[in-house]
Amino acid sequence: MNRKIISYILGALLFFILFAARPVQQDQHQDNTPDSHATEAISTEEHSGETDPLSSQEHEEEGFSPSNFIFDHILDAYEWHILSHKGFHLSIPLPVIIYSETKGMNVFMFNKFHHGHSDYAGFRYETHGENRGKIVEIMEDGSTVAPKLDLSFTKNVLSLLIGITILLLVFLSVAKAYTRRPNQAPTGLQNLMEVIILFIRDDIARPSIGEHKYMKFMPFLLTIFFFIWFNNMLGLIPIFPGGANVTGNITVTMVLALFTFGIVTINGNKNYWLHIFNMPGVPWWIKVPIPLMPVIEIIGMLTKPFVLMIRLFANITAGHIIVLGFFSLIFIFGEMSPGLGYGVSILSIAFTIFMTMLELLVALIQAYVFTLLSAIYFGMATEEHH
Amino acid sequence: MALVTPDIGTIFWMLLMFTILLIILKKFAWKPILSALNKREKSIEDSLRSADRAREEMIQLKADNEIILAEARLERDNMFKDTKQISEKILSESRLKAHEEARLLIEATKKVIENEKTLAVDEIRRQIAGLSVDIAEKILQEKLKDDKQQKELVNKLLQDIKLN
Repeated sequence: MNRKIISYILGALLFFILFAARPVQQDQHQDNTPDSHATEAISTEEHSGETDPLSSQEHEEEGFSPSNFIFDHILDAYEWHILSHKGFHLSIPLPVIIYSETKGMNVFMFNKFHHGHSDYAGFRYETHGENRGKIVEIMEDGSTVAPKLDLSFTKNVLSLLIGITILLLVFLSVAKAYTRRPNQAPTGLQNLMEVIILFIRDDIARPSIGEHKYMKFMPFLLTIFFFIWFNNMLGLIPIFPGGANVTGNITVTMVLALFTFGIVTINGNKNYWLHIFNMPGVPWWIKVPIPLMPVIEIIGMLTKPFVLMIRLFANITAGHIIVLGFFSLIFIFGEMSPGLGYGVSILSIAFTIFMTMLELLVALIQAYVFTLLSAIYFGMATEEHH
Repeated sequence: MALVTPDIGTIFWMLLMFTILLIILKKFAWKPILSALNKREKSIEDSLRSADRAREEMIQLKADNEIILAEARLERDNMFKDTKQISEKILSESRLKAHEEARLLIEATKKVIENEKTLAVDEIRRQIAGLSVDIAEKILQEKLKDDKQQKELVNKLLQDIKLN
């Protein structure tokens, strides 16, 4: 049994190294050109003179900065960093897609920047300052500005793609199981998913929206539930296919909340809009000279998706920050004395395991809450006057 | 600040990917799954209802069966009774007939025996008569060898006849 587990772990490691090492080889290959060597040498010299904290992976020996360490992990990036060991960086570079007014459309791989050591095609990867972690455009006078449009295929986008691929694989196969064996008891994956699908249908959509209208919203509710849940869980996996902070990214949660808001707005019936602009059952004077009630209602209408956005973002990001905080403790104490670092690591790992268990629960609860609240908002928008 | 600032590139990719995901899942996953679930629920409901109906029919059928069984039992009993009577009748009739036949047979046999007897008796009588004549002849021949004796016998016979 143990041997089986060890061989499995070794196999997984080997797979990641083989898969991920390719871009690094490319990286090293390009490093061999004398030109890039020179620029890299210069830029490293520049670095050593600076006191500004840079990304943790480049400054392991110069002092550990937990805030940089944490933010490097929870923020989006142009490459998927897997591991660093004594100057060896294993990371998957991702395509940079930038449109600027002066330079037009630019598409290139992120490893052209050599982790910010060199500029490329008039762009620079900022490793410090206001635009830290962003790609900026170098103007003719040497100043840098943020480009007009940055549509880069970032780490979060790749993780999104992985999550969506898993969702499609799972649910298309489940759907196939239903069409292949109609009117039969579900088996395996189909059985697992059916329980959840039925839960969303019977305990979220039906009571919140109502018997006659819930079917219209089912596809969206199922999609957001499984999208959030799967991506939350992917975020808990510490190594490559997972680990990106997708559902803890405010943009992703914003888009999800906007979908809910859009569906509510499109499907809002006369009764819904009446309650916003002319709330029945309240004194006229809080509506007529100063439209106090409508203003409050409109704010309420906008607050709902805003709260959805913030709740999911904050919960998932907080979970990542706590876990990363525990790991930071190891390095903070490790800098004081290696023995202390090892000692603290036992505690940190124990807490991390506990937190990950908790996060597994949070992953499900947040998906449930987002879906439930969306369903309730749909129910409010389609409720008939009674 | 980067943590809470929406990023235009991510908005673009997220909108694109989520919309595609929503469309594909809606068309190829949720639609077949939800309709299959509905269909299955309906079929389960239908089967339960038809099972109920079948059970009621079973009960009805059982009651009917009992009535039929009771009737059959009654009929069987009647048939038994009838058969018994008939067999008894046949038995007694055949017994009478047998008696009668036996009697007739015995009578016929008796008659035959009687005839045979008379015939036999006649035969015996005839033979005895023959034998007697033969014996008498022999005795007479013996006795009447001399005249004296012949005379004596004649006399004696004559005397007997007189006596008679």
